[in-house]
Amino acid sequence: MRNLALLFVAVAASDAFAARLPPHVLAAKRLLFSFFEWFGELGLFCRRLITAALTPPYEFSEFLRQCDAIGSKSLPLVALAGAATGVVMSLQTRDSLIRFGAKAFLPAVIVFSIIKESGPIVTALIVSGRVGAGIGAELGSMKVTEQIDAMEASAVDPYKFLVATRVAACILMLPLLTVAANFCGILMGWLANNLAEPISLRLFLENGFKNMEFTDYIPPIVKTTVFGLTIGIVSSFQGLRTTGGTEGVGRSATSSVVLSSLFVILADVLLVRLILTIWGK
Amino acid sequence: MKENQSIPPVRIGGLRKAFGEQKVLKGISLEVARRETVAVLGRSGGGKSVLLKLIIGLQTPDAGSIQVAGQEITKLPDKMLNEVRKKIGFLFQQAALYDSLTVEENVAFPLSRHTKASSGERRRRVHELLAGVGMEGDARKMPSEISGGMQKRVGLARALALDPEILLLDEPTAGLDPITATEIAELIGALKRKRPMSAIVVTHDVRGARAYTDRMVLLHEGNIVAEGSFDELQSSKNELVEQFIG
Repeated sequence: MRNLALLFVAVAASDAFAARLPPHVLAAKRLLFSFFEWFGELGLFCRRLITAALTPPYEFSEFLRQCDAIGSKSLPLVALAGAATGVVMSLQTRDSLIRFGAKAFLPAVIVFSIIKESGPIVTALIVSGRVGAGIGAELGSMKVTEQIDAMEASAVDPYKFLVATRVAACILMLPLLTVAANFCGILMGWLANNLAEPISLRLFLENGFKNMEFTDYIPPIVKTTVFGLTIGIVSSFQGLRTTGGTEGVGRSATSSVVLSSLFVILADVLLVRLILTIWGK
Repeated sequence: MKENQSIPPVRIGGLRKAFGEQKVLKGISLEVARRETVAVLGRSGGGKSVLLKLIIGLQTPDAGSIQVAGQEITKLPDKMLNEVRKKIGFLFQQAALYDSLTVEENVAFPLSRHTKASSGERRRRVHELLAGVGMEGDARKMPSEISGGMQKRVGLARALALDPEILLLDEPTAGLDPITATEIAELIGALKRKRPMSAIVVTHDVRGARAYTDRMVLLHEGNIVAEGSFDELQSSKNELVEQFIG
């Protein structure tokens, strides 16, 4: 069976076989091959990244610089997005809950939905847009201008200095940014609610967090570390495989955002299922 | 120690490299003696830069051997390859300065990673290196704020930071005006006289290279077709050599 499969792959990959295929089948074949090639290269990239990340010496100063670039510099945008989510959620949900006579649940609905889903996913998508594009373009530009070769020629591992530090900073910063987005979202949710129907912040929070348990709070925050890992790996990988000058840098920046957002959404689906399986009631 | 002295810093044998169907190097052999400077001449796209990248291990050959400082680098694991790389200085064609770092940070980069020098010592060394290439007044500038020729000078200072045994220069004068190109050529000549190192220079600037090279090799269609001093090549009857030397 294995030999048959190998024979099939060998025939499918052969030029003689390819020459007989109609153009649309040939294009589909190329697409399929490049799809598997991409995952293969990503696997090799991850193996090299793990080796580089676990072997001393560690690049602490570059890691701190990346924490600043990825974390502090994304904070205003993430806080704004979190606040907007809180306001919109308050306005929309209030209207719906009034129809069902469940207005009293508004604080709990806002707090639960922001903490469990909206906060983490909005933060991750904002960061994949801002940071993913930045990492893809920066590493891509370094690749096409031979700066990465220069680093290797200086006996410095670019996977350790450039990639591991960025991935680690993404992993650490995503949960912190999510906490900030959650805070802004809940605060602005209260403010929007307060304008329609005055309620003290204390009462709003008491109602919101009344039924929340530790297991409701921690898994979504931990989930964001996986989002950070995904954004860091995908955008660094896309950056390092840049070819073709400035046009290639543009392509890498775009594909970094698109792919990291896509993988964040896919990871979210899987992680929500996993969280519900482990902690669900 | 005596044994080390007798080993040529760079010894290449039967080196082959192809990119897909395109055969760039077809089994070349080259030896560079201690304190010798060899210029590699050839047409654009003829594999000269590839040769330098193979010597420093940025690319892997399809076949053949590359010995650098007595070590066969084609089979070395990354960690040991990095030890060999510390003995090599590399000036890239476009200088390849890190554009997020200042001029002095660029030069300090290899020092901060591979030496235990204090920050004061490192700063002194960086300024010494920048002074050596006439760039001491521009230490705080970003690479984007300096000209192409100045970038090459800084690249050269960075290449010399770890006191390399071997210097690899990829088109050090390409894209520069004749005056700056002459200045860079004179700078390389001065460095050669000051420092006990071997060098391989990939260049089109045959006249400029004459001043600082001991030997020239002509690479054509993946093979070394001529070899000798500038005067020897000048008297050659080979049509290709005549075209190059003029």
